[in-house]
Amino acid sequence: MSKAVGIIGVGITKFGEFWEKNYRDLITEAGLKAMKDAGIEGKDVDELYVGSMTPGMFINQEHVAALVADYAGLTGIPATRVEAACASGGLALRQAYLNIRSGLSDIVVVGGVEKMTDVSVSTATVALAGAADEEWEVFHGATFPALYALMAQRHMIEYGTKEEHMAMVAVKNHKNGALNPNAQYQFEITIDKVMKSAPIAPPIKLLDCSPISDGAAVLVLASQEKIKELRKDNAVWILGSGQASDTLALHDRKSLCKTESAVKASRTAYSMAGVTPEDIDFAEVHDCFTIAEIMAIEALGFCNLGEGGKMTESGETELDGRKPVNTSGGLKSKGHPVGATGIAQAIEATLQLRGQADRRQVADAKIGLTHNVGGSGATCAVHVYGRELK
Amino acid sequence: MIGIVGYGAYVPRYRIKVHEIAKVWGDDGERFSQGLGVHEKSVPSLDEDTATISVEAARNAMRHASMVDPADIGALYVGSESHPYAVKPTATIVAAAIGATPDMTAADLEFACKAGTAGIQICMGLVGSGMIRYGMAIGADTSQGKPGDALEYTASAGGAAYIVGRENLVAEILHTCSYTTDTPDFWRREGQDFPQHGFRFTGEPAYFKHVTSATKKILETSGMKPSDFKYVIFHQPNGKFPREAAKTLGFTKEQLDLGLLTPIIGNTYSGASPLGLSRVLDEAVEDDLILVTSYGSGAGSDSFIIKVTKENEKRRTPNPTKRYIDDKVYVDYAIYSKMKGKIKEVRLEK
Repeated sequence: MSKAVGIIGVGITKFGEFWEKNYRDLITEAGLKAMKDAGIEGKDVDELYVGSMTPGMFINQEHVAALVADYAGLTGIPATRVEAACASGGLALRQAYLNIRSGLSDIVVVGGVEKMTDVSVSTATVALAGAADEEWEVFHGATFPALYALMAQRHMIEYGTKEEHMAMVAVKNHKNGALNPNAQYQFEITIDKVMKSAPIAPPIKLLDCSPISDGAAVLVLASQEKIKELRKDNAVWILGSGQASDTLALHDRKSLCKTESAVKASRTAYSMAGVTPEDIDFAEVHDCFTIAEIMAIEALGFCNLGEGGKMTESGETELDGRKPVNTSGGLKSKGHPVGATGIAQAIEATLQLRGQADRRQVADAKIGLTHNVGGSGATCAVHVYGRELK
Repeated sequence: MIGIVGYGAYVPRYRIKVHEIAKVWGDDGERFSQGLGVHEKSVPSLDEDTATISVEAARNAMRHASMVDPADIGALYVGSESHPYAVKPTATIVAAAIGATPDMTAADLEFACKAGTAGIQICMGLVGSGMIRYGMAIGADTSQGKPGDALEYTASAGGAAYIVGRENLVAEILHTCSYTTDTPDFWRREGQDFPQHGFRFTGEPAYFKHVTSATKKILETSGMKPSDFKYVIFHQPNGKFPREAAKTLGFTKEQLDLGLLTPIIGNTYSGASPLGLSRVLDEAVEDDLILVTSYGSGAGSDSFIIKVTKENEKRRTPNPTKRYIDDKVYVDYAIYSKMKGKIKEVRLEK
């Protein structure tokens, strides 16, 4: 392990429903912003990774890594697409990180992108269901809201978690998202509104769900030597990177309420970074449904198993709480263009650690974490970031 | 000055409540009713179609403009997206029914929900050029909504007819303009029973873009401002869109409410803006200014600025729009299914 890796550039599009921007417009827009932010040119880039879940089903386009390199004017360099459902971005980030750590490259660009609103809601639902077990789950009618509803029901039975706890996650994340100019939904909601929203799969209601979104996010990573050479004193360091897998189908797990992949990935990342959950100043977690945030803060060790609802209720995960979670608005309010999500989380961590998070800045943030989940938890990527290299 | 010589409305008397439809599909009726801003919609009976609705409206228009000799109607256009025949005009049926044939021209128009206002513009052109003395433009529909689709909560039936001419005007048309693009937000292909729509795409880039663009354009060219108008009518696919459009453009609830019929009769498609206007004309008095902007998917909007004359109060129509709105008989979903031909075995050959 020869080199430390830092983030020297970030670029993100607004997330939302864009009738007049296509897949390539989105990733190119985010990419140009990231390159400008990093102060580098195309010739400086050694390699490219793109996280994208299923452009084949959303826009009938595969082979997107070469496409992105082409439209970014980077044709010639190695370009690789990474896919792990909603964790595509987080895994792409890890691949880019590993690439630099291996000593192969000095500067790697890693993006995430999805264009989801060109198809009908039913087509999008089918496309996303591809992240579950086709033969054992999807074939029998399970979609993602249904699978997370099973987890939520079990969590309610085992730990007494209430629907209101889940609603509190949505309310908090919208409160943060209202401060994020790139968020899809920049408005606040109330617990009452969440509780009265349309039922999707009990206990999950419409306002417990993250939306279908278009968007792209791009990071520029560089080796420690390169960062020194470029005098990037606002570089944010990737202190730890963990990834783990679990059974694809929910019913094969020992517990519906414990995301083992998140436990494992976070422990790997903590150990690499030499930190404990206590040291984390803020976290961006994968709240595809509100119950997912409750389970995430438990798996990450911010509270004990079963106490995620209570921790949310206590206000500790609020922007001004002891452990702010999803300062960006999370997937719920910021939007969830699946391939872009893992990268967007890393961008929020970078902005917080640079002190550039504006009205949602966490005071004196030194160490941040991102938690990106694929499907119902069969893949998880956790990264720990620091203002200083430890 | 070109304007409106007479007009007539018609809305079928049957109604079904949004709650009744929601019950069948396991939806929350209150949520749909609130969300769409529609409480009930009109339902055409088994023997009603765009031709019969158009004939009723056309006859009412002729009664209203009793000084007009039907033989002087030189052109008649029926705008609809539910013409009973794919090939064979509705317009000839209507023209024959009011005695306007044979020395005339007639045709059917289709531009989703704005074919009726397109007909008014065509008649304005023909009257303005001196080719005809009077023209009649009708917007009427028995619109379709696939069972279980969101459209089923609003798709209703009704229509209105306008006689356009230069003399005996109840209202002058001071300005008109259109805003048209190729925007596929809603469509029905040949042979298909029900239309398809682009979900949220039907809002911002379709309805709102065209309605606001056409309205802004006509305000700019006329040099008028929203507060100059007594009434405003926007195409009304539901109760929500026209309210949002009014708010964005700076019109008030008071200006909008009289001509906003969708909450109580549903979306009459090509009939929607023409019926909104007929409801307003029923009550408008001399010098009232009315702004109308229709919308048709595909997509386009026609805007009109209309000024009411003294004649309008002297010559109120014998069959005002309200008569048809208030005369209602509720049906349940089973009867509605039969009336709309959704039960295939008893479907009348049309």
